[in-house]
Amino acid sequence: MAALDRVKVLVLGDSGVGKSSLVHLLCHNQVLGNPSWTVGCSVDVRIHDYREGTPEEKTYYIELWDVGGSVGSATSVKSTRAVFYNLLNGIILVHDLTNKKSSQNLYRWTLEALNRDVAPTGVLVTNGDYDREQFADNQIPLLVIGTKLDQIPETKRNEVLTRTAFLAEDFNAEEINLDCTNPRYLAAGSSNAVKLSRFFDKVIEKRYFLRDGNQIPGFSERKRFGGGTLKSLHYD
Amino acid sequence: MELFCVLFFGFGWLFFMRKLFKDYEVRQYVVQVIFSVTFAFSCTMFELIIFEILGVLNSSSRYFHWKLNLCVILLILVFMVPFYIGYFVVSNIRLLHRQKLLFACVLWLTFMYFFWKLGDPFPILSPKHGILSIEQLISRVGVIGVTLMALLSGFGAVNCPYTYMSYFLRNVTDADILALERRLLQTMDMIVSKKKRIAVAHRTMFQRGEVHNKPTGFWGMIKSVTTSVPGSENLSLIQQEVDALEELSRQLFLETADLHATKERIEYSKTFQGKYFNFMGYFFSIYCVWKIFMATINIVFDRVGKTDPVTRGIEITVNYLGIQFDVKFWSQHISFILVGIIIVTSIRGLLITLTKFFYAISSSKSSNVIVLLLAQIMGMYFVSSVLLIRMSMPPEYRTIITEVLGELQFNFYHRWFDVIFLVSALSSILFLYLAHKQAPEKHMAL
Repeated sequence: MAALDRVKVLVLGDSGVGKSSLVHLLCHNQVLGNPSWTVGCSVDVRIHDYREGTPEEKTYYIELWDVGGSVGSATSVKSTRAVFYNLLNGIILVHDLTNKKSSQNLYRWTLEALNRDVAPTGVLVTNGDYDREQFADNQIPLLVIGTKLDQIPETKRNEVLTRTAFLAEDFNAEEINLDCTNPRYLAAGSSNAVKLSRFFDKVIEKRYFLRDGNQIPGFSERKRFGGGTLKSLHYD
Repeated sequence: MELFCVLFFGFGWLFFMRKLFKDYEVRQYVVQVIFSVTFAFSCTMFELIIFEILGVLNSSSRYFHWKLNLCVILLILVFMVPFYIGYFVVSNIRLLHRQKLLFACVLWLTFMYFFWKLGDPFPILSPKHGILSIEQLISRVGVIGVTLMALLSGFGAVNCPYTYMSYFLRNVTDADILALERRLLQTMDMIVSKKKRIAVAHRTMFQRGEVHNKPTGFWGMIKSVTTSVPGSENLSLIQQEVDALEELSRQLFLETADLHATKERIEYSKTFQGKYFNFMGYFFSIYCVWKIFMATINIVFDRVGKTDPVTRGIEITVNYLGIQFDVKFWSQHISFILVGIIIVTSIRGLLITLTKFFYAISSSKSSNVIVLLLAQIMGMYFVSSVLLIRMSMPPEYRTIITEVLGELQFNFYHRWFDVIFLVSALSSILFLYLAHKQAPEKHMAL
């Protein structure tokens, strides 16, 4: 089991939304007892069975890189964070269901992570504003997770869930809403667990099974050529 | 008059929304209201000083407005804000949720006790004042505020030239940054590979039917002493290595961020603006040295300036330079300008400092408490500015402040300001010197 292949997924979101609790839940199936501020980046590993239950089942390591900080940080902190955005295969966007600003900031987070991926000679298309077309072109699978579901009173739930559905649609991503202090939301067989599994499968597929240069429709020149493996000029 | 009050309120509201709370959602509007109200009434005090100099409105109505304003401000600073701070602190602690109000009152009473005790060691009052008079409250608020002002001034006076002047900028090249980033990524890779081993070990143990529970609780720990699973010792060793590596990665991250910030400052210093600030830095460092010198002289020779800068300046020009002009007319306008500048720069400086401080330490849970603390600091700061600004005004304008604030020992406050300023400036110099020395050695060790 020593040489399993690796897959890197970023976990992004404002500070205090519960990324560390979420990552701990995903990797250890346990609730995180003492959440504290994440400085820099903390990594955790989840073992995932690709195409579970089929003959092609294979086990992969999924690295969840939980990047701390806020989207309005100083440029120096942003440049330092950018180091972690290399070679990424998937992004999990985490927002707090009780805090609308954290949902709005997800657009900026995505732009920060994706713009880093453009090759140094690439053209930065937007001035930081959200552009749906740019996301439509995006090859990296996204997943939107809303936390602190238990803190929303029943009466407001519908309104909040409609809002988050729009959000997920904007990113062309699936969404999961849960409470990180309760493992039953991700219990095996539940719809959330299925969505999570599908997301990781998609990430693995994009990483390993499309690398033979299959032409994906709508592939523009400003992205890396050759699908699949992402290479950055710096860190070879 | 009231129009200005509303205007200041609006400004405080906007500042709160746009700058302070721009990354958070305002859940409790009471916080925003309190902040804006404190800001509004503090600014009204300054406005009244300006009116005093310019002679707007008649003097009895000015006096009335002063008293009113002062009462409201004291009410806010001593009663409302501390109570709400206690209330929000208590609401953050999950255990005490039920009796929030009760615990908030308890906290407030503790605050009042210490606040009162604060007056004892200082010779600030004459004994003929009653217990709950304005003078008692003002004097204590004044002490706290003056201490804050002096601390901030001292640190600011030293830090300003240090940040402006590019002489102190360490030399950072792109290669340094790349090397550090490479180390950071290598550390992360090591963490990942170790965590993979732990995860694989857990999985095999789980599949073999041995459920590996972390020893929880007292009995669990005792049990784990005698019955130890052979694989788990190896795992706990790896876990310790992971913890150490994670600590290292945090350090490297902070250092890299520091290097990026320094590189940006180097680039900024090459621009025109940067050069301008560099020049101002030299100017300010001279000013800072002079201020420290003056503070020392004041303390050592036990003298308090009797005349304000305006009258002094006019005296000098009239006596030594022989220029004759209408003293009364000019003194009014010059003191207006001088006092105006002092007020504006101190408000602006305080708001900027508070904003930076807020960004640095607040999180989504504590943002309410921190904003209220800042409102409290701001209110006390402005009240004591009024106390100290008295010294910068010609005698005819000082009377209203003396009347309104009662018979406080103003000289004490100036002496106290000088002492704290000196202490703060000297310790800032020491602190910055140590920090500056330590940083290049860290990079040499790479």
